[in-house]
Parts: sequence; structure tokens; C-alpha cells
Amino acid sequence: MSENDQTSADQPGEDERASGGATEAAGRAGEPAGTAAAGSPGSAEEAEGQEHSRPHRVIGTPSPTAARTLLDPAAGNGGPGQGAIESGDPARAKRAERIVAFFFLLSALASIGFIAAYIGMPVHSMSRVFHSNLALGSAMTVGFLSMAFGAVIWVRRLMPDVEMSEPRKPVASTPEDRQAFQQTFMEGGEDSGFIKRPLVRRTLIAATVPLALAPVVLLRDMGPLPGTTLRHTVWRKGMRLLVFGSNRPMKPEEFDSPGGLITMVPDGYQDNDDELAKAAVILIKFEPGQLQPPTVMDWTVQNIVAYSKICTHVGCPVALYEQTTHHILCPCHQSTFNAPRGATVIFGPAPRPLPQLPLTTDAEGYLVAAGDFTEPVGPSFWERG
Amino acid sequence: MSSQDGQAVPPKALTGLGGFLDDRFRGARGVRTFFKKIFPDHWTFLLGEIALYSFIILLLTGTFLALFFKPSMTDVIYHGTYTRLDGVRMSEAYASTLNISFDVRGGLLMRQIHHWAADLFMAAIFAHMLRIFFTGAYRKPRDVNWLIGIVLLTLGMLEGLFGYSLPDDLLSGTGLRILEGVILGIPIVGTYLSFFLFGGQFPGNDIIPRLYVIHVLLIPGLILGLIAAHLFIMFHQKHTQMPGKGRTEKNVVGAPMYPYFMAKTGAFFFFVFGVLALLSTVAQINPIWLYGPYNPVSISAGSQPDFYMGFLEGTLRISPSWTWDLAGHTVAWNVLFPALVPLGLLLTGAALWPFIERWATGDYAEHNVNDRPRNAPTRTAIGVAAVAFYSIMLLEGANDLIADHLDIPLYTITWIARFAVFLGPALAYFLTKRICLGLQRKDRDLLEHGLETGIIRQMPDGEFVEIHRPVSEEKRAVLLSKKEPVALPAPGAADENDIPAPATRGLAGKLRATANRVITESVPLTGGNGHGNGHGNGHGGSHGDEAERAAVGAPHSPVADGDVAAPGTVARDNGQQSGDAGS
Ligand code: HEM
Ligand code: FES
Repeated sequence: MSENDQTSADQPGEDERASGGATEAAGRAGEPAGTAAAGSPGSAEEAEGQEHSRPHRVIGTPSPTAARTLLDPAAGNGGPGQGAIESGDPARAKRAERIVAFFFLLSALASIGFIAAYIGMPVHSMSRVFHSNLALGSAMTVGFLSMAFGAVIWVRRLMPDVEMSEPRKPVASTPEDRQAFQQTFMEGGEDSGFIKRPLVRRTLIAATVPLALAPVVLLRDMGPLPGTTLRHTVWRKGMRLLVFGSNRPMKPEEFDSPGGLITMVPDGYQDNDDELAKAAVILIKFEPGQLQPPTVMDWTVQNIVAYSKICTHVGCPVALYEQTTHHILCPCHQSTFNAPRGATVIFGPAPRPLPQLPLTTDAEGYLVAAGDFTEPVGPSFWERG
Repeated sequence: MSSQDGQAVPPKALTGLGGFLDDRFRGARGVRTFFKKIFPDHWTFLLGEIALYSFIILLLTGTFLALFFKPSMTDVIYHGTYTRLDGVRMSEAYASTLNISFDVRGGLLMRQIHHWAADLFMAAIFAHMLRIFFTGAYRKPRDVNWLIGIVLLTLGMLEGLFGYSLPDDLLSGTGLRILEGVILGIPIVGTYLSFFLFGGQFPGNDIIPRLYVIHVLLIPGLILGLIAAHLFIMFHQKHTQMPGKGRTEKNVVGAPMYPYFMAKTGAFFFFVFGVLALLSTVAQINPIWLYGPYNPVSISAGSQPDFYMGFLEGTLRISPSWTWDLAGHTVAWNVLFPALVPLGLLLTGAALWPFIERWATGDYAEHNVNDRPRNAPTRTAIGVAAVAFYSIMLLEGANDLIADHLDIPLYTITWIARFAVFLGPALAYFLTKRICLGLQRKDRDLLEHGLETGIIRQMPDGEFVEIHRPVSEEKRAVLLSKKEPVALPAPGAADENDIPAPATRGLAGKLRATANRVITESVPLTGGNGHGNGHGNGHGGSHGDEAERAAVGAPHSPVADGDVAAPGTVARDNGQQSGDAGS
């Protein structure tokens, strides 16, 4: 409440300070005093008064066309503006009118062109799609921009250049109105018994809480409970690793590009995105002796190691491998893992090494898992521990 | 023309329609007031309009897309126009987006306009918000609209994120994967939230239809409602205006709604639509066919989200790898902190700022004339610091691209960013504040001595002086729009209602005094008259500052809130003090 009192007391102060200051500064600099505050310092009231004594600057008076001729030329909008109306030159106005009309017609033509392009230009092939896009888009662009240009020129050249002033009241209601409102409000409270009957009041308030909360249970069936789903993947002892894309199993000898990185997926789950989102792995082959702890040597086959492809930061597939440095790089936020040393983190926001998948070969010599990962793959979660 | 005599009558048909409507709704007076409403003109006032029109364009193009888009994650094998993906397994959502692009006439254009409009929408909101901030237009009574704006910004970010996730391409799917990782990082409930959102494990079969209904119904509905409220409040409270001749706290100067503003804003709508159409004709955006359908095993290098998400991308990239093991539970600070804190800081800080400023300055008045940024040096400096903070994160979000293009090692960039994120804003704050105070000094000079004309004249006593021309009326009004800070009520002092001024004692009081001193630092407009730091404006920098601080902090400052006794002397009193303190 005191805020508003201040508001009303404050406004004149501010305005006056400004106008007073103007006078001040003008006087001091020894210039002829400005027109608005002509004369005596501190003539704020006068300046205010002047505002009101200029009826043509207040709304509700002559239409802008008439008003503008009355406007104070010092207000910065006097004199011939760019508007043709101002210049009083009918030839200019006529020219402006033609330009506006030209743009509106151009827009109409463009719209017709749009329809023509729609009918005349088929799609269903890449090049035709791009041609169609070019034609439709150009027509639409011309259609809209012409309307914009036409309207702007219309406003600028054919409408008078007005500047009008409208008074503004403080937003807050008058104290009387507030008082009256409070009274009405309290009367209603009395009449309804809301104040007198606390039992009704309290039970009403108390009942709304469960009423609002109860429907929240409806959201329960949006998904299953996590359980231990995130702790395991589908990898089992003896499950073959298939090359992602071709879905063929692979023998260690076939990995003939040391320094390369191959993405492998579990046999039988090639098309199961939910499982792939946890189970995808990368294979990297090293020269003998390059692999070091903490890589688990028992889980490697002929210097081939398998790491989870799911970044331990927030789960992007780690996909970049730098042969010279043996760094595995996650393209999302650049977590960097040291491949020959258990994929430990070298840089970036990932908190843990990429889990290593135990590898072995089956009877036919193909690469298979020797079991599931021994820790959860992918990003941290609360229950991970 | 006919309007000049004030007796003009509209054509018959219109009077008939008007009569019909007025008989039922009584609008003659209300609509006339509406027509006559004054709209101030300034190019920065267009920023909000760009946002509004982009939103309308999003509604129109989005509805078109919804006619053809299939929000389904059911697997299909593609055999369509885009032969490079022939026979590839993909979701129906992705297939239908290919279909919209290549088999629906105008579909590609509408998709591209929709996406460009989303980017323009967000860019315009950001720019609009900065304009409001730097000119102080958020001050009472517009602080509630400022808060609505912040909610709109947040909703816009979410809406955009969900929108570009819909096509289910490799790029956007990676974005969803990151979203899942971040949700998993939320302590205690994260795993459950993720399972409920995705309907089980990632990616599941539910996320696209769920995002779809949020994207086309829920958030647009909220945005629409909030925009309506935003505009209604703006309309009711009237626009602010930039300072200038004849513009006061108690008037609005501009052109009336009808026909001027209507014509201009109509033109502007066409312009926005035209520019978006042009962009979508010549500049490809989100060519999802090049990325391929989403699968959790693949990723395209150099993935970049839309720009309004780049900030979060940057915070994730910059973060060190901290996690905690808390009694058998994992607290993923490396994810939580960057995902929540920087953005939370910016949004919460922005939301609280109007109230902090009010508290610190004791300025509870209604403000309708905007500040020039230089006249609120601390506010401006904080704003620029926030922009610096945001920009550094945004750039870090593209660190791989920068590394590529500038040939700087990736890690070096991240390390630079790790320092820059603290130093950059601090430097920006310091520099901006100095620049603002310098500009204030320049303004004071202009007021006192006028413009240098370059004409040198010899005085009778032989001295050479340069002729100075007084600044124009308009310019003078702008310069004089600077408001001198008003002192806080003295500790324990009672206000006009005999209530002791709040928060003037104890720790809160000291805090407030400090905040006040920082926020109100300024160069009094008339400070240099005659003595003190008089003509030494060019070199008396720090010396002057000391004086100003003394003046502002002085508890016995003669200016009390609402004191209207001698308006002309208010500024001068401050000035005198500064002069005295300085000499
Ligand atoms: C603030 C408002 C909105 C924003 C920021 C926004 C943003 C986006 C973005 C960035 C896309 C991706 C477009 C692409 O490149 O494929 C998108 C897609 C889509 N949006 Fe919106 N949108 C908004 C409102 C709407 C509305 C109101 C509707 C419908 C009534 C809608 C319907 C769609 C549909 C169906 C798609 C998927 C079609 C496709 O991707 O081709 N959007 N949205
Ligand atoms: S997901 Fe790998 S670094 Fe973020």
C-alpha cells in the first residue's frame, strides 16, 4: 500500500526534476533558455501545465491529419517529412500511390504463381523437390514481402506523420476504490459464513489437497518400474558378437586392421533398439604388448578388447578412435578414454572408464561373450552405486 | 479529405455491420478508445512483435505438418522417394517426415519455415528480453510481465527441443539420449522419471507420441495463454517509451493504433513471414534425410543442437567429471550441475532481479519512461556479464567446430572456456560499468558545454576558444532523462506513515546499504559545475568516482523519496556534494 502512496507522490517529483534540471543546465551554460521551460528556473509546474494547454496533443481531438498541422514544429515532426502528404505535393503522393499499388499487385501475381507452381511442379524425386521448393518458396517470399513493402510505403508516404500524446494514469486504483473493494470482500466473507464457520473453512481447504493429488497416481502406468533393468544387458556366456550393419559373426583372425574400431552387437538383438542402447560394444585390436592394466587381459582375445560403446557420461555412442594416440573419443561432449589402458578417462565429463566386455571364442572360432558386463554400462543413475 | 470536417460517415455496408455488432456487443466507445490508443515507436519495440509473429507462423505451419506427420515409433522398412535409404529400417515418424519432405508438395517448404520460425522465435525472445532488461522496462508495474516472459522463454526452449526431436532422425535421437542421461542423473527419482517418460528403457516405443502431444497441444496451449496474458497486461498498462522531448512518466507519445500501428504491424507480420519464406527457399535447415534414422548405436560427428540449446550443450561439455558415491548411491554432479545450475542461475537471477533492484535502490515508483542503459551502469554491467556468460557457454557448445575451423586443440578450448566462464563475465561487468560511467561523464559535458563545432575563435584578450553549440532540444531531453539515485531511508527512520523503514538495521540493512552503493553508482548530471572535478572530466576518472560514491552513500542525503519541494535543486545538491568531497 505504501508503495502506491509513494508512486503518486513520486511521479511529479521525477518529472519535475527532469524539467527543472533542463532549466538549470540551460541557464548555467549561458544559452538562451529552451522553449519548453522558457524562463524561470523550477518552472516544472509550468511545463506540466503546458502539456495540458496543448489540446491538439491530447487524444480525442481532431483527427491526426488535422492535428498534425497544429503540431508544434519544434516537436521534431514539423516541416516537410518524408510523407508526400506533408510536402503537399500531389504529384509525389500520386507516385507513392502507384508504387504501393504496384507492390500489392506484385503480391497478387506471386500468389497466383504459387498456385501455378503447386499445380505444375510435381515432387517425388530429389531434384524435383528442390525445384518445387525453390519455386514455391520464391513465390511465397515475393508474395509476403511485396505486401510488407507496399504497406510500409503506404504508411510512410501516404499517411501523415503523426505524433500524439495520451495521458497515462498510475496503474493502481484510488484508495477509495481499494477501500470499497476490501469492504465488499469482507462482507461477502461474513455473509457466506466462511469466516464465522471454521469447520467448513478448514475441511474445504483440507479436502482440496487430496482431490488435487489423487489423479497423480494415474501417471503410474506411464512406464514399468526400473527394477534392475539398467544393471544388466543381454550379453550371455557364448553369445556371438555380430558386426553392426552386416550382422555377421567374426573370427579374431578376420580383424585384420589393427588400429581400427568395429561396432559389434549381440546376436539375436540386431534390431532391438532398447537392448542395443545398452549392449552395443566396440572392438579394438592392438599390437602385442600394447594392452596394459587396468585392461582385464583374461577378457581379451588375441589382443582384441571389447568396451561398451555407451558413454558413461550421458550415453552417446563413443564412435571416434584416434589410431596414433589410441584415444576413444565421444563426439557428444568429448570425453576421452585411453583404449589400451582399460578405457580409463583422460579428459571430459565422463566419470568412469567404459566397461569391458569379457571376450572369448566359441567352438567354431567366432568371437563370443564370456558373460555379461560386470558393472552397469552407460550414464550414472541413483541406484547404480 | 472527408475526415477533415469531422462529419465523415463510413460506407453503408460498414455502418450496417457496425450497427449489427453494436446492437449486440456495444462496442462504439470501447473500440474507438482502442483505435485511438497510442503506440510509442522505437525499433526495439519490434522485437516482441517478431516473437509474436513467428509464433503465429509456427501455429500455421505446425498445423500443416500435423496433417501429414505420423507420431509413431513403429518400425517400417522404407521404400520411398529417397532411394539412398531404400530398404532401411526406421520409425514411422522418420518415414513420414521423409514423406513430408519429398512427397507432399510444399511439405519441405513448410518444414523449413517451421524450423526457421522456431529459431527466429527463440532469437526474438532473447533479443526482446535483453531490450527489456537494458532499458529497465521490467520495473514496476511491468515486473509481472517480465516473469511471464521468462516462463515463455523456458517453454519455448522445451517446445523447440521436443519439436526437433519428433522426426526421430539420428541427430535428434542423440539429443533425446542426452536428455535421458541427464534425467537419470537426478538423485532418487531420476531412474523412475526416465522410465515413466520413455515408457521403459530408452528409447522404447512411446517417447515420440508423448513428445508429440506435448509439442502440438500442451506447450502451444500454455504459450498461447501466456502470450494472451502478456499482451493483455501490456495493453492495459500501456507501453513504456524511450526518453525524449515531451515524454514523461504520465503520458504516452506515439501514433494511434488505427490506422498507423495497425498498418505498420501488419506490414511487419508480412515482413517476418516473407523473410522466413526466403530463408526456407535458399537456406536448407535440418536436412534429416542426410542424418539417417535414429538408432542407439550410431552417431554423426559434430552433432549440434539448435542454437537455443547450445548453452546447455556447452555447460555439459565444460563440466569436470565429478560424481559422488553416497552410501551406495551415485550422485552425478558431472551431469546435474551443468544441466541445472547455470541455466537455473540465469533464469532465477533474471526473475529475481527486478525485486532485488527495488530492494537495493528503495525505488518503489512506477516507471514508464525507459532508462538509457548507461544511466543504470550496474544493471547494464550485470546484463552484459550475463550475456558474456551465456555466449561463452554457447561457444563451448560448439568447441569441436571451433577446434576444426581454427585448428586449436579441442582440450585447449575447453580449458580456456573453463577459465573464461568466470573471468569473462567479471571482465565484462567491470568494463561495462566503466564505459557507462564514462558515457555519463560525456553526457554531462554535452549538457554543460554543448557540442564541439570545430570552429576556433580568438577572444579579445588573445585567447583561442572553440565554439560550442548547445545540443538540440530533443537531445537535451534525452540527456536529462537520467534520474539521480535517491538515498535509502536512514536507519530506523520512519516513512511518511510513521512506519520505520524496513531492513535498515542489522545484517540485512548492511547488505542493503552495500547493494545500494553498488547499484546506484553514477555520475551526477550536474556534478562538474565550477569546482571540484569541474573541467577535469577527461582525466579525473577515479578521483571523480570516489566523490560520487561518497555522495550516493551519504546517509544524510537531502533527497527523500517523493520530496517535491525543489526539483531543480535535487541533482545539483548531489553534485555539490560530489564536488566538495572531491576537492
Ligand atoms: C513455439 C512453438 C513451436 C516451436 C518452437 C516448434 C518447433 C519445432 C521444431 C524445431 C520442429 C522440427 C522441425 C523439423 O526440422 O523437422 C518441429 C516439428 C514439428 N512441429 Fe513444431 N514448433 C512449435 C509449434 C508447433 C505447433 C503449434 C504445432 C502443431 C499444431 C507443431 C507441429 C509440429 C509437427 C507436427 C512437427 C513434426 C513434423 C516434422 O518434423 O516434419 N509445432 N517443431
Ligand atoms: S555422452 Fe559422451 S561425453 Fe557426453
